[in-house]
Amino acid sequence: MTTPSDAIDERGFSPRYRRLGRRRIYASLGTALALCCAAIAAGALLVILFYVAVQGIGAINWAFLTQLPHPVGVPGGGVGNGILGMLIIIGLATAMAVPLGLLTGIYLALFGRGAIPEALRFLSDVLSGVPSIAIGLFAYAVLVAPLKHFSGFSASFAFMMLMLPLLVRTSEQAIRSVPQTVREGALALGMSNFRATMFIVLPTARPAIITALLLAIARVTGETAPLLFTAFGSQFWETSPNNPMAVLALQVFNYAISPYPNWQQQAWGGALLLIVAVFVLSLGARFMLRRAMRGLDA
Amino acid sequence: MSAATLNGELLAANDLSAYYGERKAVGNVSIAFRREAVTALIGPSGCGKTTLLRCFNRIHELSFEARVEGSVLLDGQDIYDGGVDPMAIRRRVGMVFQRPNPFPTLSILDNTVASAGRSLNRRRKLEVAERALRSAALWDEVKDKLKASPLRLSGGQQQRLCIARAVAAEPEVLLMDEPTASLDPIASAVIEELMASLADQFTIVAVTHNMQQAARVSDVTAFMLADETGTGRLIEVDDTAKLFTKPSDRRTEDYITGRFG
Repeated sequence: MTTPSDAIDERGFSPRYRRLGRRRIYASLGTALALCCAAIAAGALLVILFYVAVQGIGAINWAFLTQLPHPVGVPGGGVGNGILGMLIIIGLATAMAVPLGLLTGIYLALFGRGAIPEALRFLSDVLSGVPSIAIGLFAYAVLVAPLKHFSGFSASFAFMMLMLPLLVRTSEQAIRSVPQTVREGALALGMSNFRATMFIVLPTARPAIITALLLAIARVTGETAPLLFTAFGSQFWETSPNNPMAVLALQVFNYAISPYPNWQQQAWGGALLLIVAVFVLSLGARFMLRRAMRGLDA
Repeated sequence: MSAATLNGELLAANDLSAYYGERKAVGNVSIAFRREAVTALIGPSGCGKTTLLRCFNRIHELSFEARVEGSVLLDGQDIYDGGVDPMAIRRRVGMVFQRPNPFPTLSILDNTVASAGRSLNRRRKLEVAERALRSAALWDEVKDKLKASPLRLSGGQQQRLCIARAVAAEPEVLLMDEPTASLDPIASAVIEELMASLADQFTIVAVTHNMQQAARVSDVTAFMLADETGTGRLIEVDDTAKLFTKPSDRRTEDYITGRFG
């Protein structure tokens, strides 16, 4: 069908194709712009990583990873107790946050209609927006002030509050993303709702849930603000969560604002360790996510 | 419309209506299904045949704001009576879905015996699985990879696995919701053969929008059509041979001769 506007012009192009040429220019401009933005974002990240690595790599050695901090003026020493404290506090926080977050997520995914679930979702969104220092303050008010001493447990409590909203919403999403046909298939065999959820739906959602968990752990690994008035810090190998504990991020903070070059150097080393930890957790999360995607199509 | 008469039929619906919220998707259907025969539910898209099927094992009520009026009699007992446990009903009325839905995290073996839970020991598990997989004509293809993931099977094999899974629960009725809709013609032919052979043991109700398929595999055919309000009505039930050659309702004739739908 030929209409006048389709007529071929003197250069042998129909107007329709001239318009196409202009579109192609716009498209290239858009692509170039997007590429620039991506380069800036990725570049900034790479610069940070590179800078921290250069500054921190010199501080990292076996003693740094395994020894107690030395007093000011005594060279050497390490952040071994901070690494231990971090593992204990995050471990405790995870042990509390996982059952709570997962069960809430299951509840929202399966019975997610009505006022109570909506309120839960809203509260969880609000909680995820609360500044971490406010959550630390809350932990201080309920667990430190009444007991009259700082403790590793109060830090775990604060971390749990930080992890919870992430776990609730992502595990709800993960369970929802399991095709309804899989759940119906289980129920159609006469399985109870509980069994269908625990043995069929949850395992199908597992990689996505583990991804969420790793991201939640990565989120609190670098948190420092809530530790200031909960874990507080310690110069010793502290293993009891009932006492003040050393935590790596807290040591980085204290060392970085100190006037001593030796400590500042160690602050960079600690920062590098934190970045590496988060990097590994994120890589793990990506790996699990890929498994989750593979499990669900097909 | 033939009224549901209970002369020993295993499954029957009496004045059954199904709703999604305010929307009446199936209206006042009464039908009795012949024992150990294949009944095909045919009709154009949106005529409520899948919804009707999902009322027979109480899966319909899992949908949002879904509810049912009227009764469904399984061996004379109304499955919608207050005290009836839907889980018990679903053990007696198995279902095969439109798209193969094997459990992605279970092995082929564990998929097959999923209905038995963890109560079986290893040897018993294998026996049950072999019998079910044989009756689903899948045993020879999977016997060497029972521990493998079901996702590595082809679509047709996955659907036969789902049939094996339903059969392993030893139901009395087998509901099939367009079991070949997502399969190629060759895989479909295998499933059709399977339906015919399973009819010796089970009362089968199969939804299909493929009239040739209904004509090939079923003993009885029920024709449904949505009325002007979008409510699915049962128009005619008869022996398949008669319904496709001498339908008694003009709308049935229009449909099977391809005048609409």
